[in-house]
Amino acid sequence: MSERQRDNRVNQGVDSRQFVSALEVEHLAIRFGTTEIFGDVTFGVPRGTSLAVIGPNGAGKTVLFKALIGSLRYEGSIRWAPGTRIGYVPQKLDIERDLPITGGDFLAAKAAVVKEQKGAIVAALAGVGLNQEVLSTPVGALSGGQFQRLLVAFALIGNPNVLLLDEPAAGVDAPGQEQLSSLVRDLQEASGMTILFISHDLSIVYRYATNVLCLSRNYSYVGPPKTVLTPDVLGRIYAMPIGFHVHDVA
Amino acid sequence: MMLLELGSIALSVSMASAAGLVGCFAVMRRMTLAADAVSHVALPGIGVALLFHFQPVVGALAMLLLGTVLIWGIEERTGISSETIIGVVFSVALAIGSLMASGEQLIDALFGAPSVLTGWETALGLIGAAAVIIFILRAKHSLVVSLVSPDIALTTGINVARLNLLYLLAFALTVGLGLRYLGVLLMGSLIIIPAATARRLARNLTSMLLISVAIAVVSTVLGAFAGPLLHRDTGPLIITSAGTIFFLSLLKPQPQ
Repeated sequence: MSERQRDNRVNQGVDSRQFVSALEVEHLAIRFGTTEIFGDVTFGVPRGTSLAVIGPNGAGKTVLFKALIGSLRYEGSIRWAPGTRIGYVPQKLDIERDLPITGGDFLAAKAAVVKEQKGAIVAALAGVGLNQEVLSTPVGALSGGQFQRLLVAFALIGNPNVLLLDEPAAGVDAPGQEQLSSLVRDLQEASGMTILFISHDLSIVYRYATNVLCLSRNYSYVGPPKTVLTPDVLGRIYAMPIGFHVHDVA
Repeated sequence: MMLLELGSIALSVSMASAAGLVGCFAVMRRMTLAADAVSHVALPGIGVALLFHFQPVVGALAMLLLGTVLIWGIEERTGISSETIIGVVFSVALAIGSLMASGEQLIDALFGAPSVLTGWETALGLIGAAAVIIFILRAKHSLVVSLVSPDIALTTGINVARLNLLYLLAFALTVGLGLRYLGVLLMGSLIIIPAATARRLARNLTSMLLISVAIAVVSTVLGAFAGPLLHRDTGPLIITSAGTIFFLSLLKPQPQ
């Protein structure tokens, strides 16, 4: 038995058969040419729970999300529950500063494509704590944090039942990060949304994730934060000792 | 005769409107250079048409549509950017085209040679321009989302590959519509210059579309009227007008 096969057996505490799964991923492998980004990743996400994806830079976290939304070729299987509507917030986008597309144009485009009323735009904007000024500001002129929140607002239009957030708090100020985190938690609690998020902030992961997927080129572990965020697992994933203790966030 | 003249004016205005609209997304999608290159592919089609004595516009359109499907297919399969593929495919097309046509025919194909159109030709041109205008106005929301992020577009339920193909076809059709006025060398400019000017002046999408259409139409009408007065070809005058408006727009200070 190879080391990787053994490691996948360590997937502690997750039994998606107990729940109705929002997502089931089996033996997922992604290669760019001859370079393997990761191989043989298996996990399930029960409906209404949150999964945090952590791992060192280059582990393939963003690539995993791109495979989940169908924008990359992969081996293995990815099965979303029938009726899944995904809201996706990508990592930082490069937008030209002088693009004459306003926040309003961007949100109205989503509302038109998913056939939502204008009221959905106002609700989404309020949900992420942005004021109406953003509607008339070109997207390239928004600050990094404002643009990130606009992307979350965009994702929320159309009543998604799954949110994929790729480092949504990157570039957002501290109060904004707190607001985003509590927004995501509220969405999960109030509407039973399934949430997958990538984060480097282990204290956020510990507080908000139902399960954690640790991803690195050679290993992958899945389980509740308490059993996965241990010095042993983190040390193997990041290939160096990581000092994270439960009492840091208690 | 009067009816034909009216039809001809309507055709040039609708062709310019289509160019203004298509151009906005070409400029925002960073296809500025590609626009010129795309028009070059019409040349081999014109060459074949002249060789076998059928309407040059038909040959040009057929070649444009074929070339468009070709670059779309290569892009989908290889992931190479359309800018690069268009650069290669259409420069080769220009080379082949110039081998097939010669002398005066080549000059006409390159710079445009207005001729009197039959009622049918005018009607087909109007239908083509209307199709492009309706497509852009209906697809503008999907085009906006996919230009901000193709990945977001996918999760919004937009078929990005299909949208890209339709956009490129609309682009090719617009080039085909304008060849009679502007020729292979200048048609790309009528798509790009008004949109590039509008991008500098507009604050939102609607104003960009409106400004771009207005500049394209005004330049085309100016060129059409000034040509006979100055005893010059209309094509170069249309582009000179559009270029003048672009340079005037540079006077407007940009927000920092």
